Amino acid sequence: METIRLTIDNKTVEVPKGTTINKAAKEIGIDIPVLCWMELHDLNIENRPAGCRICVVEIDGRRNLAPSCATKCEEGMVVRTHTTRVLNARRTVMEFILSDHPKDCLTCPKSGNCELQTLAHQLGIREIPGQEIAAMSTYRKDTSPSIIRDLDKCILCRRCEMMCNEVQTVGALSAVNRGFMAVVAPAFEQNLEHSTCTYCGQCVAVCPTGALTEVDHTPEVLRALADPTKTVVVQTAPAVRAAMGELFGMKPGTLVTGKMVSALRALGFDYVFDTDFAADLTIMEEGTELLDRLNRFLQGDKTARLPILTSCCPGWVNFFEEYFPDLKDVPSTAKSPQQMFGAIAKSYFADKIGISRKDMVVISIMPCLAKKYECQRDEFSEDGNPDVDFSISTRELAAFIKQANIDFNNLEDGDFDAPLGESTGAGVIFGTTGGVIEAAVRTAYEIHTGKKLEKVDFTELRGFEGVRSATIDFDGFPLNIGIAHGLGNARKLLNDVRSGKSLFHAIEVMACPGGCIGGGGQPLHHGNSEILKARAAAIYEEDRNKPIRKSHENPFIIKLYEEFLGKPNSEKAHHLLHTQYFDKKKKIVVKQ
Amino acid sequence: MNAVKSPEELKSIKAGILKRMNEKETVRVKVHMGTSGLASGAREIYDFFRLELEKRNIQASVTSTGDMGYSFAEPTLEVKRPGEDPVVFGNVDKLRADEIIEKYIKNGELVDGVLPANYRTINQ
Amino acid sequence: MMAREKMQILVCGGTTCSDGQGEAVFENLNLEIEANALENDVHVVHSGCFGLCSMGPVVKIVPGNTIYTKVSPDDAREIVSEHILKGRKVERLLWKDPSGNTLVKEDEFAGQKKQLRIVLRNCGIIDPENIEDAIAHDAYAALSKVLAGMKPTDVIQVIKDSGLRGRGGGGFSTGLKWEIAYKNKADQKYVVCNADEGDPGAFMDRSVLEGDPHSVLEAMAICGYSIEAGKGLIYIRAEYPLAVARLRTAIAQAKEYGLLGKNIMGSGFDFDIEIRYGAGAFVCGEETALIHSMEGLRGEPTVKPPYPAESGFLGKPTNVNNVETLACISPIILKGASWFAGIGTERSKGTKVFALAGKINNVGLIEVPMGTTLREVIYEIGGGIRKGKKFKAAQTGGPSGGCLTEKHLDIPIDFDNLTAVGSMMGSGGLIVMDEDDCMVQVAKFFLEFTVEESCGKCAPCRIGNKRLHELLEHITKGKGTLADLDRLKNMCLVIKDTSLCGLGQSSPNPVLSTLENFRDEYEAHVSLKKCPAGQCKDLMEYFIIEENCVGCTACARVCPVGAITGERKEPHHINPDICIKCGACMEKCKFDAIIIQ
Repeated sequence: METIRLTIDNKTVEVPKGTTINKAAKEIGIDIPVLCWMELHDLNIENRPAGCRICVVEIDGRRNLAPSCATKCEEGMVVRTHTTRVLNARRTVMEFILSDHPKDCLTCPKSGNCELQTLAHQLGIREIPGQEIAAMSTYRKDTSPSIIRDLDKCILCRRCEMMCNEVQTVGALSAVNRGFMAVVAPAFEQNLEHSTCTYCGQCVAVCPTGALTEVDHTPEVLRALADPTKTVVVQTAPAVRAAMGELFGMKPGTLVTGKMVSALRALGFDYVFDTDFAADLTIMEEGTELLDRLNRFLQGDKTARLPILTSCCPGWVNFFEEYFPDLKDVPSTAKSPQQMFGAIAKSYFADKIGISRKDMVVISIMPCLAKKYECQRDEFSEDGNPDVDFSISTRELAAFIKQANIDFNNLEDGDFDAPLGESTGAGVIFGTTGGVIEAAVRTAYEIHTGKKLEKVDFTELRGFEGVRSATIDFDGFPLNIGIAHGLGNARKLLNDVRSGKSLFHAIEVMACPGGCIGGGGQPLHHGNSEILKARAAAIYEEDRNKPIRKSHENPFIIKLYEEFLGKPNSEKAHHLLHTQYFDKKKKIVVKQ
Repeated sequence: MNAVKSPEELKSIKAGILKRMNEKETVRVKVHMGTSGLASGAREIYDFFRLELEKRNIQASVTSTGDMGYSFAEPTLEVKRPGEDPVVFGNVDKLRADEIIEKYIKNGELVDGVLPANYRTINQ
Repeated sequence: MMAREKMQILVCGGTTCSDGQGEAVFENLNLEIEANALENDVHVVHSGCFGLCSMGPVVKIVPGNTIYTKVSPDDAREIVSEHILKGRKVERLLWKDPSGNTLVKEDEFAGQKKQLRIVLRNCGIIDPENIEDAIAHDAYAALSKVLAGMKPTDVIQVIKDSGLRGRGGGGFSTGLKWEIAYKNKADQKYVVCNADEGDPGAFMDRSVLEGDPHSVLEAMAICGYSIEAGKGLIYIRAEYPLAVARLRTAIAQAKEYGLLGKNIMGSGFDFDIEIRYGAGAFVCGEETALIHSMEGLRGEPTVKPPYPAESGFLGKPTNVNNVETLACISPIILKGASWFAGIGTERSKGTKVFALAGKINNVGLIEVPMGTTLREVIYEIGGGIRKGKKFKAAQTGGPSGGCLTEKHLDIPIDFDNLTAVGSMMGSGGLIVMDEDDCMVQVAKFFLEFTVEESCGKCAPCRIGNKRLHELLEHITKGKGTLADLDRLKNMCLVIKDTSLCGLGQSSPNPVLSTLENFRDEYEAHVSLKKCPAGQCKDLMEYFIIEENCVGCTACARVCPVGAITGERKEPHHINPDICIKCGACMEKCKFDAIIIQ
């Protein structure tokens, strides 16, 4: 590899050609502050608009300071990162940015976790000269079912825009207006609800400030818990337990399943259940649907739509309803685990404990912001009573636990309640990219071939590559599987499906890079993809530790079918556990 | 028009155009009709010349060109009498246009508003 | 009598000229003509500027083209009695060049003219909608010369040797730019004509496109041949409808004549040109922003490198030149590099078009060789300062440039000299200011423009310029402090040093250069709370001079806020706390009793 030698702050460093000054400096222990720049290295995601100008450095022979994040090293370059000129410029630019930023840190949802706040502290900003005559750029606040946009706090880092356009190809957000009023917003500064937004929440996941945050549903949860007439049931998604420890100072990848259960119990939930149970149920329904379509296809039935697409991810569902409504009969009709859980809880379980569904409140703890929207969809309610009442994110739960004076780190491990708290390893791995399809394969293989799997780990389906494929030998039949995480990657596979070029029999899609572990409701990764890798590893660890690792072997699932549903894909199962999709392609309506 | 097929052909086309232009040399009026000129009313002056020269039976060509940069004196126009150097007039309104026709075009008498060519050309 | 042949006397100036003597000369000449009963044979007419304002008033007599300079009204008698009646030239009034030679003919006088038209050579001369007229004036002759036997590298060498530098603002060597684009091999390359003219007051590109569109098309084709690009794009603001229409016509005609399109003039070289529209954002004059805008993206710049010559439009090598630069190409090819290099200064060759605006008599476009001084531009071409006022400063380079002052009047204007004194060539806007202009207000005016036109991508330009503007506003309201001036300067330097593109890197120039050249004026605002030019409303006070006031009450009656009190036939007073400085009283007063302090 061609290398380049240069001098940074009088130290010589040799780096591969193409390395930026910022990264070269890191090699020799010089940490040049950055603000707009962000990278998820293992996911091949980089935001580099060179717009904040915080990371500027002095390069001998150049007239102006250069942004270290976007300037590539050149042979013999002499770089200085902390001259008076650099420090003065960095401070002055920071003062500019702060002069147009609200000073309500005390009440900002991002306080304590805000990159701008951290940087201001790091640069030792104590006052903002001229603030008394400085106008602020202000914008209309926008609240959607999932996301709040408070653009007064936008610093134009463009990370959300990069995620929305380059990674997700959703195209809901872009820079609008010019100069001082420039801001990132939907076209014509419409509300997010009127845009193509899928509520995947990746914009929120990368926002360095409080400009993009989740809608906080903890007050509603608190109200339900305080209501003596309500039985409050909670379900927790698999990715939550692999990440929430980070919000209590634990190392990324620390599993906190038991502590989480105890905390929820301490918060006063009547039943602490697991979405993983519903994930196992999803496998039964989706797996059966796959096998049905596959068998019909193999028998020459031209109406059998293949590939089948997973449908657990609400951001993904929103995406294909918006961009691929013509393919709405392709995805599995199985509801997501969150909604299957709600449907079963408010029917089977409500009956079991002898209460009406109106007296039950189902709360979900999700790594996801699109789940907030999903549980509000009309088709997921009965007589106006939703199957899942409120969905709160990992971050909201952590904040809730802190508010309730619960010493999370020192909690004893608790166990989920029966019957909806029992799950298998297959349900757990739903939380990471490749997991849903791996869980499906574990079950479909055994049902299709009638043979027992020797090895349940399908490592060929794992990894962080954006689009992956693998062929699984189904006892002589090669089952082609495609996996995409990130909606941009999903779009590539969908385009092939649309044009009839897809050779896959089944495709798993998760809207968020990394899958649910990288969801919009998770603790912020601040551009460190090691965190996402650690969370994925934790998910697989939980799977390994489970005594049962195949959904169809979950005794409570078996019991549920015996007692209540009959068979997978039965009429009752269809009524409760399946859904339909709609053409939601936005018509452009500009409201003045 | 057939496409020009060689550099030589372009030369002969140019020669042909020049020959044609010189053969029927009449009074030529060029009204400067760039944005500055038009904004100051050059269109009206152009129409005036077209109409009036015909009405008064004067053989002349009237064409439109871009502006010469004399923003302070728009509308401007150039009149070239056969065999004479062209003269540019500025601040031309209908009254002055009439005067230009009657005095300069007909008799070669200059009228108010002459703009001396205060520049050298590429070939000088 | 001698005046058999009809004679005409042209007198320059009139009411616009600086000393106003022209009108008296005109009147006296007419009186003399009448006195000699020559009305039917000799006509005295007003003429425009001869470009000799320091020698004015100028009188020219035709036939003969005799030029008399510094003619006083008293000279009228001698001119008529000697020249008109006796045919003898008045020697003492004849124009003399600096070496003392007496020049008598305009033809010779022409060599002394300050302007030289290369870029504007055909503007106002040819019918832009008639390609034959253009061909008659040498359009496509350069392209034909190139195609007939020059290699791309030959053409590039000629352009390099000519010393031509980009006229859009940057001043980068055009030949070098072409060479880089030539060396980057690709299956497709692009030639882009930057017609996103945006400096306030500058309109030379528009004039060229409206007056001589073929010169630009031809140059693009020559560039395409040289860098081996098959496609040309003209990025033009949609606010130039006439230029667009004429370009469209010109492109269609050129295609019809086989001067654009496939196999141009049988050479095997293909070149096509399309028009792309911009919405008139100033920042889209920056080449990376321009390219993004053409690609349908938001018009904002990206970090260079990569330069467009490596990765431009659709990721392909792209050469971007501005209209005025392109308009220089054909003459260079036809007349040779050394001809062009012989014009101008050592490092700035050729001519530059300036758009004169502001407090100058002859507003409009001029084209002068590089190295012409500001004094020559203002006093010998521009007709001097309006109403005979005193020159104070001239802004070059528009909102990216700085101001030149009296001490810079004799500096030869070229790229390097302007940069050295803290301004820049820019696209050639030249706004003249007189003693009535407040330099803080001038700086504020330009900042207002950049605040409006910043794309908002980088923080120093987006927020910093706004803060600069606010601070200037603060100062013009008399609320600034001396410390604010230091802060102002620091903000300027940081914005220049850290902004992403040329817009932000140059936007503080008007502030820095006025701060440098007119520090005392800034200090008067912050320390004395006075605006020396009397432009800052908040620092003015209307005041009634008691001796002049007759107590007519006109002012009190017109005052909209009741700030003026006084008894009838007694001196009145203005209460400064109530006064809103509308100026109505001053306008109404017939006794010059109200003044501004």
